[in-house]
Amino acid sequence: MAMTEPLNNGRFGNFGGMFVPETLIPACQELEKAFREAWGSEDFRNELSALLKDYAGRPSPITECERISNELGYKVLLKREDLNHTGSHKINNVLGQALLAKRMGKSRLVAETGAGQHGVATATAAALFGMDCVVYMGEVDIERQKLNVFRMRLLGAEVRPALSGSRTLKDAINEAMRDWVATVEDSHYCLGSVMGPHPYPWMVREFHRVIGLEAYSQCQDILGSNPDVVTACVGGGSNALGIFSGFVETDAELVGVEPAGGAAVARGIPGVVHGSLSYLLQDEWGQVLEAESISAGLDYPGIGPEHAHLAETGRARYEKVSDKEVVEAFQLLSRTEGIIPALEPAHALAWMSREREYLSGKAVLLNLSGRGDKDATQMMEVLG
Amino acid sequence: MTLREEGIENTLLRVISDGRKCLVPYITGGFDGYLEAISAAAEAGANAIEIGIPFSDPVMDGPTIQEANDLVLSAGVTPLQIIDEIASLDVDIPLAVMTYYNVVYRFGLERFASYLSEAKISGAILPDLPLIEANSWKSAADMKNREAILFAAPTTTQEHLKEVCKETKGFVYAVGLLGTTGARKELAESAKIIAGRCKEITKKPVLVGVGIGAPDQAVEVSKVSDGCIVGSAIVQQLLDGGGPEAVGKLVAEFRSALDNS
Repeated sequence: MAMTEPLNNGRFGNFGGMFVPETLIPACQELEKAFREAWGSEDFRNELSALLKDYAGRPSPITECERISNELGYKVLLKREDLNHTGSHKINNVLGQALLAKRMGKSRLVAETGAGQHGVATATAAALFGMDCVVYMGEVDIERQKLNVFRMRLLGAEVRPALSGSRTLKDAINEAMRDWVATVEDSHYCLGSVMGPHPYPWMVREFHRVIGLEAYSQCQDILGSNPDVVTACVGGGSNALGIFSGFVETDAELVGVEPAGGAAVARGIPGVVHGSLSYLLQDEWGQVLEAESISAGLDYPGIGPEHAHLAETGRARYEKVSDKEVVEAFQLLSRTEGIIPALEPAHALAWMSREREYLSGKAVLLNLSGRGDKDATQMMEVLG
Repeated sequence: MTLREEGIENTLLRVISDGRKCLVPYITGGFDGYLEAISAAAEAGANAIEIGIPFSDPVMDGPTIQEANDLVLSAGVTPLQIIDEIASLDVDIPLAVMTYYNVVYRFGLERFASYLSEAKISGAILPDLPLIEANSWKSAADMKNREAILFAAPTTTQEHLKEVCKETKGFVYAVGLLGTTGARKELAESAKIIAGRCKEITKKPVLVGVGIGAPDQAVEVSKVSDGCIVGSAIVQQLLDGGGPEAVGKLVAEFRSALDNS
């Protein structure tokens, strides 16, 4: 199968769609049209490629990790998205969307953030393009991620607390959507993952496709073939779709790893929130439940609709890991390779560490989606 | 046939043909005293009532309705409980529920329509289900003779507006402004514009909601529309502890302003 443009109001198989208030329908349709046109334009592509290269530092390397390979008993390759400007893969999407917003004549970016990585990336792009920027962040997350709140403010963004509901990422998305409903004429909603109404799941995946494209050719150089397994953590799932897109047409096994407390795929109940139909943590009445995980970046009760489709068709499988396994993996990579991972990709590494027997003798590519500096304070408390 | 069984569209069309304006208050279902508040609103001259079924992620709602919503959810009230309570409520004006699509989706569309039918609830308003995604729900609602009320927004294109007006049942819910529910100091200019655009297209009732918080605003917008929906201003009465009495009093103020205009 291929990861192509979704059909019929943005459907990936049975999932996706455009479930937003009528007020936003014209904006979503306008965005779809603008993105399609820009993505087909050589000028736009060249401008974005230049930004990714000269500003964000792409291509990101693949590191062959000898010491952890020895420890785990199979070949480990890391796609180093942690080395991008702002410290994670998020910058790929944000530069694309900011450039598109500028092209559409929008002067203001609205974003949501959980751990703060997407908020920092959006604030960065807004500073670069001279745009106004408002980032919504759950009050609970503002408390947990003070450093990123400071970074966003330093970059000139206004950080507004989401005070309703559970006061975390999903509520920040609600607030961002409410803002967009009121400001749709001059604002672009810079959504941070492969979720939301069409065209976001498609567009955000396309902006991250660069990860998979680079990784595919790097693997040909390093291994002379595809890796046997490609793995990534999944909250909304943008970094995973980015790297999967490079290998979906090969015979590599694709494995997404969710936190046990936020395993939307494992529970397998479809639902509609934030604009699309996908798997969703919810109670028997359809009230959306809180995801719980050690990593604020994966604290999302849903999953991008294309992941639901990949899971349903069996092209990718989704595993879950506990917070305890994540903490061990976080330490393992730090100790063996001198790379402190963000807690999010440490989830995929935790799965790799648990599945040593199954992975024995294989070549495994992990998308190291971000660096762990932002998690240092939290881990100081956890590890004592 | 009682008004409640006659449905929203027929009832409102009769109000309009009598030369009056339609008044539809919104009351948060499950809120302490909400059943009495519904009765009080009906007695004070509401032509139909919209009853909110709280959802965890109400993206179209502003702070007032969110607050009432959160109180009901944290008290553990379920959607079915609200529907059951409405079923046994003795009010003779048509009723609609307002909730978000996932609540309906989780019930199952046909099952939800059946529950509405059994509870003598005429229709449903689902603000995150735009026309382009509404086909399945409209069919399920049609099968049970329930009214799927659709939205027209200030941003809605002319071509799409025609479809909304053609497909909606009950009335056209014309969104008065770019933004979420909540009372505003002044009536937005967009309110009369969207009402006028709808009125040019359809003979169905056109009611403006979102941003109608005071009787003078209701009067002003109803110069163009067939009436209005009043939500946050009513819910605020409940939040302030005024109970059904305060709700009835406010509805009566809107009623008398509309009737004397």
